[in-house]
Amino acid sequence: MLTDKPDSACQCTEAASPEELRRRLDEIIAEYKDKPGGLIPVLQIAQGLYGYLPDEVVRHISMALDKPYSEVAGVITFYSFFSTRPRGEHMVRVCLGTACYVRGGKQVLDAFKKELGIEVGETTADRKYTLEVARCFGACGLAPAITIDDEVHQRVKPTKIREILAKHMQPAAAAKGA
Amino acid sequence: MPKVTIDGIEVEVAEGTTILDAASTAGVHIPTLCFLKDVQAIGACRVCLVEIEGARDLAASCVMPVSDGMKIRTNTPRVRESRKTVVELLLSEHDGDCTTCNRSEDCELQAVAHEVGVTENRYEGERSKRALDTSTPALRRNTGKCILCRRCVTVCSEVQGVTALFPQNRGFKTVVGPAFNKDLDSVACVQCGQCGAVCPVGAIIENDQIEQVWAALGDPTKHVVVQTAPAIRAALGECFGYPPGTRVKGKMVSALRRIGFQGVFDTNFAADLTIMEEGTELLLRLKKALVEKQEAHLPMFTSCSPGWIRFAEYFYPEMLPNLSTCKSPQQMMGAVVKSHYAQKIGKKPEDIFMVSIMPCTAKKAEANRPEMNSSGVSDVDVVLTTRELGRMITQAGIDFRSLPDSTMDSPLGESTGAADIFANTGGVMEAALRTAYEIVTGKPFPFENLHVKPIEGLDGVKEASIPITETVPDWEFLRGATLKVAVAHGLGNARKVIERIKKGEVQYHFIEIMTCPGGCIGGGGQPRMTGNDTRKARIAAIYSEDEHRDLRKSHENPAVQKLYAEFLGHPLGHKSHEILHTKYAARAKLKAR
Repeated sequence: MLTDKPDSACQCTEAASPEELRRRLDEIIAEYKDKPGGLIPVLQIAQGLYGYLPDEVVRHISMALDKPYSEVAGVITFYSFFSTRPRGEHMVRVCLGTACYVRGGKQVLDAFKKELGIEVGETTADRKYTLEVARCFGACGLAPAITIDDEVHQRVKPTKIREILAKHMQPAAAAKGA
Repeated sequence: MPKVTIDGIEVEVAEGTTILDAASTAGVHIPTLCFLKDVQAIGACRVCLVEIEGARDLAASCVMPVSDGMKIRTNTPRVRESRKTVVELLLSEHDGDCTTCNRSEDCELQAVAHEVGVTENRYEGERSKRALDTSTPALRRNTGKCILCRRCVTVCSEVQGVTALFPQNRGFKTVVGPAFNKDLDSVACVQCGQCGAVCPVGAIIENDQIEQVWAALGDPTKHVVVQTAPAIRAALGECFGYPPGTRVKGKMVSALRRIGFQGVFDTNFAADLTIMEEGTELLLRLKKALVEKQEAHLPMFTSCSPGWIRFAEYFYPEMLPNLSTCKSPQQMMGAVVKSHYAQKIGKKPEDIFMVSIMPCTAKKAEANRPEMNSSGVSDVDVVLTTRELGRMITQAGIDFRSLPDSTMDSPLGESTGAADIFANTGGVMEAALRTAYEIVTGKPFPFENLHVKPIEGLDGVKEASIPITETVPDWEFLRGATLKVAVAHGLGNARKVIERIKKGEVQYHFIEIMTCPGGCIGGGGQPRMTGNDTRKARIAAIYSEDEHRDLRKSHENPAVQKLYAEFLGHPLGHKSHEILHTKYAARAKLKAR
């Protein structure tokens, strides 16, 4: 789910106008409207487009898919992946699934909280990072795992966090060095 | 047909029968909590666990179908301990302030806890977060009491087709409520109260307004009068241990007098008045369409049921011109009391306090509508549900069962059998047909015992065709026509009818919609629990009320005739228009299915 296109779509559409975003959303809705189980992919892609799920977008999806607003909200609030609040430029997700938890996921999360100065679900003041908790990326063998945007980091140690963030901030520099 | 053994009793049941139903056939009672007959069987609460020989795990009997040769045991140590633990865990989360809870006397969680033998709280755990929703005039929600059984969700979505409620969040944080835990008032909720009617605990209840009525009764400057809806007389007895369908009109009137109401009026009077107005409105619409060849917005829909009105305003605003402009009988009574009656007794409308006893929570919201004030003040001041009246009678120290019968005040307590049947699905239509047919044809209504069989009963959508073979000269244009009518109850069924009309699959002239399954006798304010057996018993009582009358057609009500002669003029006349009719407006639409 996390490496799907939708989530990365936000980087390439940052400058899109509201009309353009709505047009793209409606295209997606048209594609999924009659498919069973279409709600979740539409929400994923919408979140990719807008960076989060603003209320008017949720209402629009509810109307367009002919799904009750309460049900759409039920799905959004069920999955920690979805957010109805604006998010930072980068999404840090710390896995607290069973394997990651027992191998120190909680300590990794605490380290991120301290480093970024925010709680789970919050976004840093400079709107750079949002911190979320996740339940299993399917990387249990390499626990504890985190993701920053689409990139998975494995066997993360609390002491390595600053390094990971710094590396992530300069992808171009890292590429040059390689 | 599979044969099964339940606690040593062998029974043969139809293929697909659940263990719960098979047990019932065998005379074995299994406790349930989230299960709601005819509405929901989802195995969510796990209270109905049973042991199946050869199966590793216990099974939820409400969802597990039997298979041939199955040996089921419902009363083993393992079953007893599991059920008890399940209930104890539910109790450990439940915000149980039982002593002051509205549901203390009929709480299903409490009852099931007793039934499975819970005698102490073994688990002290984190409790569900209490959030109170007091946003609507009709209902009160307390999320701390919710045990997540989902009955309200199923009723709101599958029966009513409204889906204002849905589980939000996940795990321990799950809350059953409107989208994103908003208040009910900010979403498309019709305030029918069917959620509260099926709630096993005190998580959704009516907005209790008893104190406001006591305050008015204690205020010497107020002239406090009451009206009771047709459906109350067939259900109020249940609050005092009578079986469903016991007719208690006489005792109810005595109780209302003892409470101190200075006038005891019958909403039935206004129901007869409604038929005069609405029947005339239908005939004039037909005339407009057939003779004047103008847009007359047919089919016409009845407008007595305020949940239906809100439903149309939210979901089918394009149908609003098709709704009868008649106020509901409750509001008509209020309007007449605060105008004509006020004049007669020499009071100002603001000095009269009009209380309604309704089977309905949506009536609380209806009375609150700002346009319902034809005398300059609210037509109706406070609406109490049947349940609230039951509690009020208890608070007053009245021994209901020993009360003598008495009769309503004249003239606003006078009515016909046509008004009685407003209480159940098909009744408003039948009442309207009894009058409209006789106006048009000048002949007696040609149905056996005045009942139109095809529109009776609990089928969700019913229809009938009434051929008009002869007419009086005024309605000549209807000669040879066939009046096509439909009746739907439960808003999910209303939606079905409207969708068929919109697709052009069906054509009707007149449609009765009642918000609640079974009609008002199954209203959101009636004594709990209202299942189909209770609905049928109450409906039978209402038909019996009707059949015991001398007058059974609204146009024969002498008090209504007199009101037209003295005050209103004629149906749909200027005065009627001023005080008995209303308007509707589309509400901010948030699509719900």
